[in-house]
Amino acid sequence: MLVQVTINGEKREAEVEPRFLLVHLIRDVLRLTGTHIGCDTTHCGACTVLLDGRPVKSCTVLAVQAHGKEIMTVEGLEQDGKLHAVQEGFWQEHGLQCGFCTPGMLMTSYAFLKKTPKPTEDEIRWAISGNLCRCTGYVNIVKSIEYAAAKLREGGA
Amino acid sequence: MMGPKTSPEVGGMGHSVKRKEDPRFIRGKGTYVDDIQLPGMLYLDIVRSPFAHAKIKKIDTSKALAIPGVLAVITGQDLAKYNLHWMPTLMSDTQMVLPVEKVMYQAQEVAAVLATSRYIAADGVEAVEVEYEPLPVVVDPKKALEPGAPVLRTDKKDKKDNHIWHWEWGDAAATDRAFREAEVTVKEDIYLPRIHVASIETCGCIAHFDKVMGKLTVWMTTQAPHAIRTVFALVAGHVGLAEHKIRIVSPDIGGGFGGKVPVYPGYVIAVAASVLTGAPVKWVEDRMENLQADSFARDYHITAELAAKKDGTMTALRIKTIADHGYADAAANPSKFPAGLFHICTGSYDFKAAHVTVDGVYTNKPPGGIAYRCSFRVTEAVHTIERMADLMAHQIGMDPAEFRKKNFIKPEQFPYKSALGWEYDSGNYAGALNLAMQKIGYAELRREQAEKRKRGELMGIGISSFTEIVGAGPSKHFDILGLKMFDSCEIRIHPTGKAIARFGTKSQGQGHETTYAQIIAEELGIPAADIQVEEGDTDTAPYGLGTYASRSTPVAGAAGAMAARKIRDKARKIAAHLLEAAEDDLVWEPGKFSVKGAPNRFKTIQDVAFAAYTNHPQGMEAGLEAVSYYDPPNLTYPFGSYICVVDIDKGTGEVKVRRFVAVDDCGNIINPMIVEGQIHGGLTMGFAPALLEEISYDENGNIRGGSFMDYLLPTAVETPKWETDKTTTPSPHHPLGAKGVGESATVGAPAAIANAVVDALWHLGVRHIDIPITPAKVWKLLREKGVTE
Repeated sequence: MLVQVTINGEKREAEVEPRFLLVHLIRDVLRLTGTHIGCDTTHCGACTVLLDGRPVKSCTVLAVQAHGKEIMTVEGLEQDGKLHAVQEGFWQEHGLQCGFCTPGMLMTSYAFLKKTPKPTEDEIRWAISGNLCRCTGYVNIVKSIEYAAAKLREGGA
Repeated sequence: MMGPKTSPEVGGMGHSVKRKEDPRFIRGKGTYVDDIQLPGMLYLDIVRSPFAHAKIKKIDTSKALAIPGVLAVITGQDLAKYNLHWMPTLMSDTQMVLPVEKVMYQAQEVAAVLATSRYIAADGVEAVEVEYEPLPVVVDPKKALEPGAPVLRTDKKDKKDNHIWHWEWGDAAATDRAFREAEVTVKEDIYLPRIHVASIETCGCIAHFDKVMGKLTVWMTTQAPHAIRTVFALVAGHVGLAEHKIRIVSPDIGGGFGGKVPVYPGYVIAVAASVLTGAPVKWVEDRMENLQADSFARDYHITAELAAKKDGTMTALRIKTIADHGYADAAANPSKFPAGLFHICTGSYDFKAAHVTVDGVYTNKPPGGIAYRCSFRVTEAVHTIERMADLMAHQIGMDPAEFRKKNFIKPEQFPYKSALGWEYDSGNYAGALNLAMQKIGYAELRREQAEKRKRGELMGIGISSFTEIVGAGPSKHFDILGLKMFDSCEIRIHPTGKAIARFGTKSQGQGHETTYAQIIAEELGIPAADIQVEEGDTDTAPYGLGTYASRSTPVAGAAGAMAARKIRDKARKIAAHLLEAAEDDLVWEPGKFSVKGAPNRFKTIQDVAFAAYTNHPQGMEAGLEAVSYYDPPNLTYPFGSYICVVDIDKGTGEVKVRRFVAVDDCGNIINPMIVEGQIHGGLTMGFAPALLEEISYDENGNIRGGSFMDYLLPTAVETPKWETDKTTTPSPHHPLGAKGVGESATVGAPAAIANAVVDALWHLGVRHIDIPITPAKVWKLLREKGVTE
């Protein structure tokens, strides 16, 4: 089946089987490998991308379900050579270690801050509870998102 | 520790330099194994056993082979032709790559399908038909030792039981004597269940055998690429793979925690498939395969006894342990230590006598015995002594903090020789505990607890004052498969004063690219930003044993410092030549040599680097580089004191960690930001097995906890809001005074949590609860003790 998507602003298409997963379309066909796979049961969130602005776990979305839709992945965060505030926050506050969960965390955080510009710590913790991190113990991820929230409120990227 | 010696621009030790690896990770531009795609690459997927113990009667591959795109189905019989169906483990046992006769655990590899895509390979796996004849299953290691238990390793001639090895350490007679003379004794059975590291990236590889060049390149998720290369050469030498024709590349690694030390069958099958086809072959396991078949951690059945005087002085410790290794001892321990460093079990206390035995046992479970973010079997040791110390303190009615302080090894006793033979390098245990108590408000919490108890509320306070043992290790005692456990660094200073440094270790998130650059910046005054750090490519990096057991800073970090010092020695000669001064008349400060008494006459390290290639003294070789293979004189002994406050819900049995204060001492710190991050992560991987994680098996050997549906990793919601602090007691023998930190918190945290829960329930008659302390366990206990909502 032909799937046409707009990914990070670029129109792309591919011929796929109906069973083909969105995460494999993104990684193996469109070769955007920032989106990762960490489990088979939609628990870890390493594969989180935005589908029409909404965070989804792309390991449990079929590629054909994305037909005609906009996808945003971690590679779409940086604009004109300028890091997005969530990227800056994770770097500044040591919100990542091995980096494997990071793209999913960033996409979840990005979507969350759009909805919740002034989050409390508990709201942040609940927002990222569908994204597992094995390295950081989450403390610095929370700080990273707080950093990004403050930066965005100041009118940063 | 004093403030940093270098400026923030140089970024040596003590600076929270932002990580050099992050710019690629935050852009999604890391390169993990599964990100690599080679032209003509084939995909491997694995058929796994539904039975825990069964004869393989027949493998029918015809339907699989009929699927367009399935190129081959590889079985044990195929590998047997090349004698590759069995492989050695790191503990000199053997394990199957693919079986020819029988399977030994549920999810064991049975056959492998090679296909042109992931999806077709998975279809092929579905289509392979295997006929099994189930055999009696041995799940309980204690029953495995009983006479008449089915003998599992029938492949081993003359093997008549399921006992692997017996290991003991310490003075049995002196310990027995101390127990006979003891005024108080306590005894407890403590089980540390099977758990899994569950790094968010699973394991996998791409094997590419270039038939023309005869060279095998394997990109793989390994924490120890150099040792793996040697193992491959030794295992596959007879089929023509020689070590100079093997290149192992460990690219970005998505977490390791010990789970990426062993060689798994999938790697070997992928290599065999690539050698046979000449095509690149990718094998990446899924999460269920990862949890169900890769190496587990813990699974120690411990019986511990502690002897003391009535005044609270501990006198002796006796431990007997049954270690469930699954069907093969595939642990990752130094060769001489089948139970790892478990004999650190006297902990932070001044014991006069101790004796410990461990017996390894075969069962129908996956092989292993790796670390789960701790130095070899140290969590098992720390959990035992910290639980027992608490039990004794409660038994004699002494406050657990006072009890610990009474028994601590005192600062003036270091270097301290323990009853089990370790020489602790340095420590100030009371210092860390006092700081933790002050930070958490210990006395006030005890008052609050007393009041709550009157009202029937369940609140507990738990302490863990652990001693770690890391940085393996001195070559006299430490090797893996004969390879001594040194580690290495090679530094080259370029003419323009920039540098490249390569190490024998491999970061899996620890931030080596940053901290190693800081070590060299500290020693040479070259800005960390100007130093490129590389690891993980065996064609370029010097040989080293890899990253696990918190050994990177203690061993490879030391190699970095020593290599930098060799460079500084040569730089001094060149500077003397440039300044026309005697070497002894030069004064070094980070980044430059100046003439004694004439500070304006100086040469920077960059000046010297340029001269090393453009104007070096006659009679001296050009260039500015050095290699160090560092053999540590001793292990390092990081320590800390953790205090945990829990509230228990009487209705649901849920344990809520209200506060957790962690005071760590890892000696001198290279990057405070990274150290704190390591502690946060370690605490969370201590919290996880304390309350959530366990892999268990039913009586037929069916795994429970084989996916993230029921193997519960903590999310941001359950994870406590960690409060950290530190004391600094440098290691006297490490060139930088550093000790290593990545695993301290994993080692120390579970006991603090378990102690807090038992403390909350002690007045009800509860003496011990095995981790994970799940709501169900607590609820049942509460009901047994007559507590209702």
